Amino acid sequence: MIAALAFYLFAAILLVSAVMVVTARNPVHAVLFLILAFFNASALFLLAGAEFLAMILVIVYVGAVAVLFLFVVMMLDVNFSQLREGFQRYAPIGAAVGLVLLVELALVLGGWKFAPGAASLRMAPIDPAVDNTRQLGQLLYTDYVLLFQAAGLVLLVAMIGAIVLTLRDRQTSRHQVIARQVARHPHETLVMMEVKTGAGVAELGILRPPVDEPEPAGDAHESHGHGGGH
Amino acid sequence: MMAVGLGHYLAVSAILLVLGIFGIFLNRKNVIVILMSIELILLAVNVNLVAFSGALGDLVGQIMAMFVLTVAAAEAAIGLAIVVVYFRNRGSIAVDDVNLMKG
Repeated sequence: MIAALAFYLFAAILLVSAVMVVTARNPVHAVLFLILAFFNASALFLLAGAEFLAMILVIVYVGAVAVLFLFVVMMLDVNFSQLREGFQRYAPIGAAVGLVLLVELALVLGGWKFAPGAASLRMAPIDPAVDNTRQLGQLLYTDYVLLFQAAGLVLLVAMIGAIVLTLRDRQTSRHQVIARQVARHPHETLVMMEVKTGAGVAELGILRPPVDEPEPAGDAHESHGHGGGH
Repeated sequence: MMAVGLGHYLAVSAILLVLGIFGIFLNRKNVIVILMSIELILLAVNVNLVAFSGALGDLVGQIMAMFVLTVAAAEAAIGLAIVVVYFRNRGSIAVDDVNLMKG
């Protein structure tokens, strides 16, 4: 009874926040409602007995994906109200398509039932004595290890792709040129001098490092970065 | 097994899916909200998988839901990276401006 009430509560909040995600005026609000939707979906997962997935949903979605959305929304300096024109124009056709889809889904849902032998076709029956996470791990690392590795590969490719796409070589950044640094000799940079007692810099003159060749303007910052520092 | 019948879960998931598709239509110009709508659609898929897993007592549904989650996370990361690069190049994220490759 309590569980059923909790289900209806969480489902209602999930659907309301999903509506708010797609209709929110401010995209930051949309992201926050998305986080609320994920929290409520994870509560639904808990009610269905998928404890590990519920926690994963909170950690991965709320902790990573939604925060990523939040970062991007706040980072981009976009006039979002301008992006909303045509909102009313597209609403009827969107509602029509959604309605058609909903009716179709309702028709499928109404005339659907389990096949008689469905229970005997289960590939990994849930054992109530073993907890969900342990059972999931036992299944994931044995029967589905190939899929597990493929998922890891997908994540690796996504990571590399995201870095390659967004990384840019800033002109202002000063990279270390290892070859140049290794090729230096002490006699290029150090000079032994006789200094009279009491003579200051004013009498000796300030020593500047020898300027080897005029460098192109493009990487002028480089010589600046490595100039007389070391 | 489950506190609530499978039909309720399927109804919630169906409505969530429809809301996601409605969101794509509604925010046709805003790529970020379209990506969020896709997240909602994938969430509906996950709810479906988990509900069937609970109702049938089969753990494979939860394994599949985990893989859907992985792919959704990767998709969001790549999609947002593309949005950021696009914004850098064009100064806008409106879908209508993505017409450089029109044949």
